[in-house]
Amino acid sequence: MSSKPTSLFDKVWDAHVVRSIADGPDVLLIDRHFIHEVTSPVAFLGLKTRNLGVMFPDRTFATADHNTPTINQHLPVADPLSANQLRALEENTSSYGISHWGLGNPKNGIVHVVGPENGITLPGMTIVCGDSHTSTHGAFGCIAFGIGTSEVEMVLSSQCIMQPKAKKMRINVNGNMSKGVTPKDVVLYIISKLTAAGATGYFVEYAGSVFENMSMEGRMTVCNMSIEMGARGGMIAPDETTFNYIKGREKAPKGQAWDDAVEYWKTLKTDEGVVFDKEYNFDGADIEPMITYGTNPGMGMGISQLIPTAADIDAGKASFAKSLQYMGFTESEPMLGKKIDYVFIGSCTNGRIEDFRAFASVVKGRKKADHVTAWIVPGSHVVEAQIREEGIYDILIEAGFELRQPGCSACLAMNDDKIPAGKYAVSTSNRNFEGRQGPGARTLLASPLVAAAAAVTGIVTDPRTLIA
Amino acid sequence: MAYDKFTVLTSSAVPLPIENVDTDQIIPARFLKATKREGFGDNLFRDWRYNGDDTPKQDFVLNNDIYSGQILVGGKNFGSGSSREHAAWAIYDYGFRCVVSSFFADIFKNNSMNIGILPVQVSEDFLDRIFKAIEADPQTQLEVDLSKQTITILSTGDSESFDINSYKKHNLTNGFDDIDYLQAMKEEISTFAQNSRY
Ligand code: SF4
Repeated sequence: MSSKPTSLFDKVWDAHVVRSIADGPDVLLIDRHFIHEVTSPVAFLGLKTRNLGVMFPDRTFATADHNTPTINQHLPVADPLSANQLRALEENTSSYGISHWGLGNPKNGIVHVVGPENGITLPGMTIVCGDSHTSTHGAFGCIAFGIGTSEVEMVLSSQCIMQPKAKKMRINVNGNMSKGVTPKDVVLYIISKLTAAGATGYFVEYAGSVFENMSMEGRMTVCNMSIEMGARGGMIAPDETTFNYIKGREKAPKGQAWDDAVEYWKTLKTDEGVVFDKEYNFDGADIEPMITYGTNPGMGMGISQLIPTAADIDAGKASFAKSLQYMGFTESEPMLGKKIDYVFIGSCTNGRIEDFRAFASVVKGRKKADHVTAWIVPGSHVVEAQIREEGIYDILIEAGFELRQPGCSACLAMNDDKIPAGKYAVSTSNRNFEGRQGPGARTLLASPLVAAAAAVTGIVTDPRTLIA
Repeated sequence: MAYDKFTVLTSSAVPLPIENVDTDQIIPARFLKATKREGFGDNLFRDWRYNGDDTPKQDFVLNNDIYSGQILVGGKNFGSGSSREHAAWAIYDYGFRCVVSSFFADIFKNNSMNIGILPVQVSEDFLDRIFKAIEADPQTQLEVDLSKQTITILSTGDSESFDINSYKKHNLTNGFDDIDYLQAMKEEISTFAQNSRY
């Protein structure tokens, strides 16, 4: 054992390097590979063209989520192109012997929700998927990141990908967070400080009491959005909260294997004295409920603040003006009070049970605003079942909402869940890019609490005014 | 061999002086429903390029005949957002072989090189000079020389060198990709994987 202090990131990375190429990437072994219907068909096509097999079919897991409908899932999928992709996934997984939780399977759901939910995601793993929010799994102390389709083909055929090692960044948030401030606000705050490209080239470790006190659901929300500041991924050292979450899940180790695993997992933390390539410190007390006003996730602000002016923004004044024009906003005006048309709660960012609990805590005893269309989309069937069991479903119905079926839905609007052009949507998903939620759609990213406050008032509202 | 070899590319360029061009703009999600790799070029920058009724937007650069070529020059932080390789496919399918910017998002950069597009990262000053040169003369020729790792504005001789690791350079020069490399080390991977924890 060397005595050199080592970071969590390095510990996990180094344990997976099959070969290092001088002045080139490392060949990295991948422990778990998630695939879905949209980014895998061409990879399978590549395998066939090159006449390659799948090296370890039991290390790849498939679920259908990106373009599945969120109503009437028992009916045949109407869109022929989506149906074609779903069929391709089914055929490809069955011909290569890969586990597949397709539409209608009780374990089906958004890839980054079902992985942790079933104990597939475990501390210290390398995890990849053809979806950039694979960083979600970093909440368990994994190196997890999104890959392109050529890389999906690589992992299928060789269980490896080739990556240069990223630089290391640590973001510490300590201090007490005030009421109404959620993990989503923490990460939107961080991105607003670092900008949408501020962590490009880095792998981020989140540390400090704010993350230590966070639930696994919250940690997943934070790690999920690491990519929105350009980071390759984000991770949090596993601790008792992590172990408690994993214990007893279907694919989690059991008996002696569990004890051995925990012993190993406890070593997965950054040693004293590690120097990071970049380090930031924030005070949790400075964070208020956040909302975005622009067209990238770095364009976020405290909900009670005013939209900044071009002069406040260092770079990209042309992009800033273009962005505000797209959103129909002007400099220096408040976001509070703006009329909204849609509310979307769901996605792998905020589609877990805790998010629906938060949403329901505001909605309870209130009514949906008449002019608001709300899409409430659980991240998986398991989450959906929890929503019903815990009585959240009744609260929603009572308030005039409906519950849809699991899937990515309006997060990327590949199915029918598209926000119409020019309409405003308060969304708990992760991207507010132009057209992300439908051509011309205007997205305001926020927490489930802010989404709930908007859903019942019909305008951008500070949730702190609605909670006891 | 997975794609055409990249050696020296001399071409006029299409300027897109916008920062943070994200992959949702390059290829909107609703066009990701294909199960083949070809054909994405038709929808490259779809929502910037066409109106809702599919008529071309006259003020968008791809609809302006005076600009053409195999090089796309974009603003800072090009290719941010989604991991969709479809963004790189769309750029390639449209006919570009090289994208120049002062900063690239990581995944986009990786995806591009995996399919034979060379991302050339230049300084902000140089990027600015390229935009100015194209503005003054849309036929401005750029020369991208992979072996020398240089990009040159031919009319002025103004040149800058760019970084690329020798592994990727070797691949692009020979038209190899990572899959070829990994296939050749399968036994080593197999042994490693058998001894791994998960
Ligand atoms: S919910 Fe959105 S970010 Fe998450 S996996 Fe689906 S499309 Fe990707």
